[in-house]
Amino acid sequence: MEFAELIKTPRVDGVVLRRPFMPTVEGTLCLTGHHLILSSRQDNTEELWLLHANIDSTEKRFVGSLGTIIVKCKDLRVIQLDIPGMEECLNIASSIEALSTLDSVSLMYPFFYRPLFEVIEDGWQSFVPEESFKDLESMTDEWRLSEVNKDFSVCPSYPSLLTVPRDIDDESLCKAASFRHGGRFPVLSYYHKKNGMVIMRAAQPLTGTNGRRCKEDEKLINATLCAGKRGYIIDTRTIAVAQQAKARGGGFEQEANYPQWRRIHKAIERSNVLQDSLIKLVEACNDQSHSMDRWLSKLEASNWQSNVKEILTTACLAAQCIDREGASVLVHGTEGTDSTLQVTSLAQIILDPACRTIRGFEVLIEREWLQAGHPFQQRCAQSAYSNGKLRSEAPVFLLFLDCVWQILRQFPCSFQFNENLLIMLFEHAYASQFGTFLGNCVAERGKLQLSQKTVSLWSWVNRPQELERFLNPLYEPNNLVIWPSVAPQSLLLWEGVFLRWNRSTKCLDEAYQEMVHIIEYNKELQNKVNSLRRQLAQLETEDKMVADLK
Amino acid sequence: MEHIRMPKVEHVRLVDRSSSRRTQVGTLYLTATHTIFVGKGSEDRNDLWVLHSLVCNVVKHKASQSGYPLLIICKNFQVIRFIIPQESDCHDVYISLSRLSRPEKYEELYCFSFNPNVDKAEREHSWDFLDLKAEYSRMGLPNKLWHVNPINREYRVCDTYPADLFVPKSVTLPVIVGSSKFRSRGRFPTLSYYCKENHATICRSSQPLSGFSARCLEDEQMLQAIMKSNPGSRFMYVVDTRPKLNAMANRAAGKGYENEDNYCNIKFQFIGIENIHVMRNSQQKLIEVSALHSPSMGEFLTGLENSDWLRHIKSIMEAGLFISKAVAEEGVSVLVHCSDGWDRTAQVCSVASVLLDPYYRTLKGLMVLIEKDWVSFGHMFSHRCGHLIGEAKEVSPVIDQFLECVWQLMEQFPCAFEYNEKFLISIHIHIYSCHYGNFICNSQKERKDLILCIIKEKAHSVWLHLWEKKLDFMNPLFKPDQSQNQGLLRPSTAPYCFKYWRRLYNRFDRELHPRQSELDCLMTVKEETQKLEEELALYEQKMAVLDKERAKTLYMQKGVLDSKQALWSLPLDTSLANTPQDYIGGAPNLCLFGDQTKSSDADNSDQESGVADFSSHSSGEESLPSEDSVKDPDSDETGPNRA
Repeated sequence: MEFAELIKTPRVDGVVLRRPFMPTVEGTLCLTGHHLILSSRQDNTEELWLLHANIDSTEKRFVGSLGTIIVKCKDLRVIQLDIPGMEECLNIASSIEALSTLDSVSLMYPFFYRPLFEVIEDGWQSFVPEESFKDLESMTDEWRLSEVNKDFSVCPSYPSLLTVPRDIDDESLCKAASFRHGGRFPVLSYYHKKNGMVIMRAAQPLTGTNGRRCKEDEKLINATLCAGKRGYIIDTRTIAVAQQAKARGGGFEQEANYPQWRRIHKAIERSNVLQDSLIKLVEACNDQSHSMDRWLSKLEASNWQSNVKEILTTACLAAQCIDREGASVLVHGTEGTDSTLQVTSLAQIILDPACRTIRGFEVLIEREWLQAGHPFQQRCAQSAYSNGKLRSEAPVFLLFLDCVWQILRQFPCSFQFNENLLIMLFEHAYASQFGTFLGNCVAERGKLQLSQKTVSLWSWVNRPQELERFLNPLYEPNNLVIWPSVAPQSLLLWEGVFLRWNRSTKCLDEAYQEMVHIIEYNKELQNKVNSLRRQLAQLETEDKMVADLK
Repeated sequence: MEHIRMPKVEHVRLVDRSSSRRTQVGTLYLTATHTIFVGKGSEDRNDLWVLHSLVCNVVKHKASQSGYPLLIICKNFQVIRFIIPQESDCHDVYISLSRLSRPEKYEELYCFSFNPNVDKAEREHSWDFLDLKAEYSRMGLPNKLWHVNPINREYRVCDTYPADLFVPKSVTLPVIVGSSKFRSRGRFPTLSYYCKENHATICRSSQPLSGFSARCLEDEQMLQAIMKSNPGSRFMYVVDTRPKLNAMANRAAGKGYENEDNYCNIKFQFIGIENIHVMRNSQQKLIEVSALHSPSMGEFLTGLENSDWLRHIKSIMEAGLFISKAVAEEGVSVLVHCSDGWDRTAQVCSVASVLLDPYYRTLKGLMVLIEKDWVSFGHMFSHRCGHLIGEAKEVSPVIDQFLECVWQLMEQFPCAFEYNEKFLISIHIHIYSCHYGNFICNSQKERKDLILCIIKEKAHSVWLHLWEKKLDFMNPLFKPDQSQNQGLLRPSTAPYCFKYWRRLYNRFDRELHPRQSELDCLMTVKEETQKLEEELALYEQKMAVLDKERAKTLYMQKGVLDSKQALWSLPLDTSLANTPQDYIGGAPNLCLFGDQTKSSDADNSDQESGVADFSSHSSGEESLPSEDSVKDPDSDETGPNRA
């Protein structure tokens, strides 16, 4: 087994673990193929089990023969290990380094993980496209499920089944695919029951510098419009960026060729810029200087909150087109796998109350992110402490979760789930024992045989014991469209993620417990009162019968 | 009435900054005490009432196509925009309001004409609601080491101090007099807070008149006596809340700070809180940022940073934390001063008290604290809040900063405070509005001397009024027995722990706040829980009766909650989903094809956007007490002057 070769020193005694806001722990450090374990062998102290995959970067320091390894994790936590002995320290450091940067996906922990719980509902089978299509069919007959991408040859990043306008045949789809970046031709993302308007998503059209056009593509998206109606194309890039894309064969829809569509450009940043933003934000949050000016200027310079605002604004715009203007929308950026998905999925949270339930939110992530081909493996390979050269890492999904959190803060009673669910998804997207976020698209997951060889995150989340942790006690189903405020005053820093390890949460946790208690006590009383009331009513009728008999 | 040039103007438009669609047309009235706008047409109208004493500034803007804009900028950060059709009307209103909002004499203030429906006895009773003597005895005073010294009964030693002052028993009159002569404005060291558990105290004073080398034996004896009155400790801290440079500069004017060599066993410490002028400018910048029209995130954050406001809040908090730690953890007494000892000293002493003593985290406790550290110790409310026309340079948001520190603490310790943020905002409004008599004048003596008769004869006290409304101000999460409410609060002062107080500075921009409020929701649940408890008790009682008298017929009383089965699910503002904002940037409407203008206007009436209507003030989330500027139709107290 190759792991053994990588582990030069499997265990060291007398290691001291230091974490902010927690007592130091002294114990034995063990390295296994997938975990870094620190155990004090005292009954009442917690053991540290850290997935190697969660390690973003490490730093070594030496003072005499005492070595220190600073471990920076993808979930943004920073821990310090003091290791006696220079050789041990070097060995441990290089082992961690090697084990946390394994190239082969099939060596990842999910392929070795055996659940300690009984899988009642297999998450791999929980969300099948046919099911959601059945829902759609009950509302409209304008759409069909196409198998044109059965072998992933038309579009490698799309799933095998796609919802497309009924009147467009597979041949036209293939032609439209050849006109879109990565073969990502326009497909249905969301159907708004209230007025029948739809959100579609795609990648940029390959118009190039000489303004290529594709009749099938035009026909395809026009097929989604009712007679005399017009729609909006939301290009998530600025017009300048979209213009530049022409030089590389990309581009945007020309008005002349799409007269029924009005194009709007927004300015969501590209993924490499977003990664830089995350790195700067986390650096600001970890700044120890205690200076207010420095904090605010670093926060501002990170641009993170600006990115949140821009993404949320674009999603609101899409939702507004659908619900208020009664117009269908096509969303795309360049590749259609990042900003496009942020916009379409957030718009659905705004528009569709079902997406604000736990199950509905899982469906949304499954459909709009996993099956829609967001390249999780690439985007989440490194997090905020990445210091090597970056390939295609970007916190696209984290930004989406942040935006959801912003809406949740503004509508604290409208979501069935709480912040914990969002934080958990962030963690698992970056490092997990489950196979759900491995691979970059459906085709890759199939090749890796994830559904046979790994456990799905949903199998675990949907167990009643786990679900409880994610339930929002204030939830009261709300069937309305919810319009968040995108003003800077209304958007907050997501402390639950970015300051999670930099502060004590004891008081906030107590407040949350108190809130749960208030609501549970109320429900308990309600039940008591109801049952007493019933008893009394029953007694009353009995008494009445007795009286009548007399 | 002689100042009102134009009592009524018709066809005035009230403009909503965030949405031009919500503009209302109506009639503007000027009374002796209020500006009133009555919207035309709408059925459930909530008229707009603006108290003249809350008006900070009146501004005329350049004429627009539709008329002459007039801005009324209020001290509670509300900005009201009227457009008046005729230039002459606009000018008359402007001139009238400019005068009405700048009273020259105390007698003109609203509290002297405000006349709620209560009799004389009740009014007098309202002034007895708080009793500082009782507060000192709650602390454990007087005791064998501290007593009230009658020396200032006639305000002869220090006219800005209260009549009753606690000093160490061991201190003689000559020492007090001597010390007071060596302190700015005679504000000699006196007790602010006493910690029963370990005898440590927080004392306050003004700066010593030490210049470059002067010393005063009596003052040194005074400090020595304070230190000795805490038998457990061998030294005391002297905290100068000013930046060192400012304090040094004061030496040239014969003032300054204590020389450690002259006083035995003191540890001297500077804590750099800036002066009132810096704070005034800082808040002005903050207000400008809060009022930016759809700023970008960068503009907002840069503006927030450049205002320096949060940096100042942080420094006040740090000072409070330093003092409270000295008292609670080291058991060491602290003497706090700044220059005059009524601004920064008041802030820092009261922040430290809130951190130290859970009592000040209760409704009544906060009232007492403000009454003690601010009102009685001569914080110059009338100058700082600009109650009368006067020196603009004397105005400064010193008390705002204290209230904000409390708010910042509430954010960090959600279960530690009995009151909620609405309580702080209400206090803030009352301090500025002159609706009640509490914050009039600059010192106890002024209040007694000059207009004692009018204040107590005519005005009412706000504390009882707030106490009677306490249900609105309760924090549903308050848990007196929880760990965060035991002993000293130790807030983090990391910069990211200080947040922008949106509810205060953008209170009237309703679209900026969460559409559903956790606070309101929990309050509703708690209220319902209480009703359920009562109902349960009733039923249990009935069951017991029934068990006894099974044979008798029973009169079944309808359950309290029968009609409101769904109360729990009702008022969560689920319909408050506002209209979409301007998400496209720039363009006022999304209607890009130009043929849908009508539809979006019609949209205004549907369920989701109805809330955004200006007239629906009282709906749900923004149901702050109405004594500020918007009149609640149910309340008789904000009514026009009946005199």
